[in-house]
Amino acid sequence: MKHLLGILLLTGMSPALAQHDHHPAPPAPADSHARHEGSEESGHPADHALPAEPPASPPADPHAGHDRSIAPDGAGSAAHAGHEPTVADPPVSPPSPAALGGPSHAADGIFGAKEMAEARRIVRKEHGDIRVGAILIDRLEAIIRDGKDGYAWHAQGWYGGDIDRLWIKSQGEGRFGDAVEEAEVQALWSHALDPWWNLQAGIRQDIRAGTDRTYAVLGVQGLAPYWFEAGGALFLSDKGDVTARFEVDYDQRLTQKLILQPAMEVNLAAQEIPELGIGAGLSTAEVGLRLRYAFVPEVAPYVGVQYERAFGDTADVRRARGEAAGGWGLLIGIRAWF
Amino acid sequence: MTQAMERRSFLQAGALGLAGLGMTSLMPAWARTGSAGIVPAMPTVSGDDIHLTIAHTAFTVGGRTGHAVTVNGVLPAPLIRLREGQTVRLHVDNRLDEDSSIHWHGLIVPFQMDGVPGLSFPGIKPRTTFVYEFPVRQSGTYWYHSHSGLQEQQGHYGPLVIDPAEPDPVAYDREHVIVLSDWTFLHPHRLIAKLKTEGGYFNRQKQTLLGARKSGAEETMSAADRAMWGRMRMDPTDIADVTAATYTYLVNGHGPAENWTGLFRPGERVRLRIINAAAMTIFNLRIPGLPMTVVSADGQNVRPVTVDEFQIGNAETYDVIVQPTEDKAFTLVAESIDRSGMGRATLAPRLGMTAPVPPLRPRPTLTMRDMGMGGMDHGAMAGGTHGAMAGMDHGAMAGDGAPEADHGSAHSMSGRSMRDTSKVPDGMKAGVGVDAIAMAPVDRTGDPGIGLDDVGHKVLTYRDLMALAPNPDQRPPLRTVEVHLTGNMERFMWSFDGEKFSEGVEPIRFERNERARVVLINDTMMTHPIHLHGHFFELVNGHTGSYPRKHTVNVLPGGKASFDLTADAPGDWAFHCHLLLHMHAGMFRVVTVRPLDGEAA
Repeated sequence: MKHLLGILLLTGMSPALAQHDHHPAPPAPADSHARHEGSEESGHPADHALPAEPPASPPADPHAGHDRSIAPDGAGSAAHAGHEPTVADPPVSPPSPAALGGPSHAADGIFGAKEMAEARRIVRKEHGDIRVGAILIDRLEAIIRDGKDGYAWHAQGWYGGDIDRLWIKSQGEGRFGDAVEEAEVQALWSHALDPWWNLQAGIRQDIRAGTDRTYAVLGVQGLAPYWFEAGGALFLSDKGDVTARFEVDYDQRLTQKLILQPAMEVNLAAQEIPELGIGAGLSTAEVGLRLRYAFVPEVAPYVGVQYERAFGDTADVRRARGEAAGGWGLLIGIRAWF
Repeated sequence: MTQAMERRSFLQAGALGLAGLGMTSLMPAWARTGSAGIVPAMPTVSGDDIHLTIAHTAFTVGGRTGHAVTVNGVLPAPLIRLREGQTVRLHVDNRLDEDSSIHWHGLIVPFQMDGVPGLSFPGIKPRTTFVYEFPVRQSGTYWYHSHSGLQEQQGHYGPLVIDPAEPDPVAYDREHVIVLSDWTFLHPHRLIAKLKTEGGYFNRQKQTLLGARKSGAEETMSAADRAMWGRMRMDPTDIADVTAATYTYLVNGHGPAENWTGLFRPGERVRLRIINAAAMTIFNLRIPGLPMTVVSADGQNVRPVTVDEFQIGNAETYDVIVQPTEDKAFTLVAESIDRSGMGRATLAPRLGMTAPVPPLRPRPTLTMRDMGMGGMDHGAMAGGTHGAMAGMDHGAMAGDGAPEADHGSAHSMSGRSMRDTSKVPDGMKAGVGVDAIAMAPVDRTGDPGIGLDDVGHKVLTYRDLMALAPNPDQRPPLRTVEVHLTGNMERFMWSFDGEKFSEGVEPIRFERNERARVVLINDTMMTHPIHLHGHFFELVNGHTGSYPRKHTVNVLPGGKASFDLTADAPGDWAFHCHLLLHMHAGMFRVVTVRPLDGEAA
């Protein structure tokens, strides 16, 4: 420790040292490296005035010349105080007028402005303007439940750039042997709001026996802290009723390929919608737990359980029909994307 | 640009420790030994008129055949062997149905010969020939590759070696060119589509619940730290975007099973010219049992430094001397930075000999330092705890955990934002494409690279490098240009200063011959090899006046690297991350140097 302090002091590190004397000292080799090591630190702002050290004479052994920078770096936590090697940075400043002069595009004078303009259009597009799409079938499952086995799907697809995308969603369910009970398709414009969240707006079309409805949709979808995939949307129907839906799920990797996914969905209504059997307030909620095995990331069959039930007036409607307000289901399905 | 090499002082230094051999290489070794050392022979082209043909070719590795874009029908492209002082004409015939190009990586050429479509020239249209012509003003190990689309990922790259006009200060009896690369049977556009859909698609080494219960170096992260990473929506195992899940790592176009073999006679000094021509892979290179003396970095001679391993970023080159004395084989291991796979080759006295292939080491995990909080840690976080001596590490910044130090930091961090936009300078846009901002980035030129802090042997750091000759321009820089390296891992967006090149950004402008410092601040949690065309810059690493001169610098996650630049090459130049898909995603800028030749100054 003592000789480390000596080296630091000799090379003008005392201001930084004063702030850092509580650091555990890395071992300081007491050899010819010391000279270099000292010069590492002269970039501390306090040493601005120090002349840059000339390089040491050629090293006598193959390991000399590479210092192990014995002093703690990160001298201070101000934005640039930790920038340690040698001469302090000169001020950040804009380019000189001479740098701004001359032709805008150097190659125009050699190959012609017209040909270069087309090449510039391409090079610009090829460095950031990527448009791609994907289709994700999040759930395609059979639901085994008391006496009325059924099926359900949940899928989405998108195409576009980083910020704006066309986003299509579809979900629905039915019972084996019957017509589709309810199905919906949403066509949305998706706009990135921040690194993780997208604003989504568009229309939703429901297809169900006798009660087709069209909605305006406004929602968000994205990734919440702790890696929760989440989304929420408000729906305003052409009949004037307002409903909302919130969804969240989480992928817990048990192994690289075995993934346990708890998921939850809640549906709300601002008013009663008798023709759909929906009461005001919390109408239905669903929790599921799916265990999938990703043979490849794109294809993952799963088994799971879910509990779904209705609340309030919605539950009453179900009971009036002779149904239970809620119940368990066993799930067998597949998740896939491409 | 002058390549003033003080060869005399080099020889006096005797720095290679090769007393007596210094002057034997008046003739380049390859000319003396022919290709005897290279098995199978690497196709070579040389002379003043060189003809290259870009075309579609089948490429076979690991028993499977795929589609490649190649030069003269081989992968890697033929070795171009030039001599300093000659003027070379390269006739490049594009037989593809799309535009192509060749960029001479690291060569100091007039801007219109630099080969970047849209900047230097219009590109080479389908079924046309473009003739590059330029004087060769330097020597060393370089390479060349397409700068069009994603052709580089498809095989369009090859080595380029220039012999010095004067006797080579590096003495060697034999040489091998080692081209490292990554091959996939997926079309590169599929790579992008997968990554845009799922940023961690190719990472098959994520943290898992069962993995956390196993012992093992990579699973030592505490629950609190895992929670903190989760809160930031960051994955501490996200080390490489594209991994061995799809890649076969190649050495001179050979997969690990094909085992490219370079020959030597015991006792010979063998010069390995190692080029990282991979599209998306940073490699950790070592030859177990054989220390390597680094004599050149990015084609520029450095004072010899002996190491056991080094990390090589995309587009970097290192020349090393090895001197195997025994009649036995050695395995050259090029492990990908995330340790999902390796390239493997053999150095042996006779063909058919092999050495054991070491298993992959445990995958590294990112630390607080990689998060850009190096300047806030209160431990032995100095850049240089990883000295030459095994066991002297303190582990406080180790890739594999360092429970105490990380723990403390994690707690002190819990109330802070990882994306404090008040830290953002005026010129930067912290929008959708910026998922993190380094709070207290520190210079990381003293770090050996992710996962290499505690490997038990000497690993090269940038601070080990000193130019052999004094730096040609010793003026202090008069202004600083800051460039933030920015990204969004989840959306696979990459940019400088938060703006993709496609958004129509302003160039970075320099006055001709001005001396400026460029500070690269890595706000992301990935290592980015940043390349400036048309220039060598001096990497600010503490050795004032003897900074290593480079064309590409690896900037470690959450850290900084600075270089001093003499903007002596008039024209428009590309400046970009050399991870091909990062560049393609927008991590690209134009650097202009004015006035041009013939303009009134």
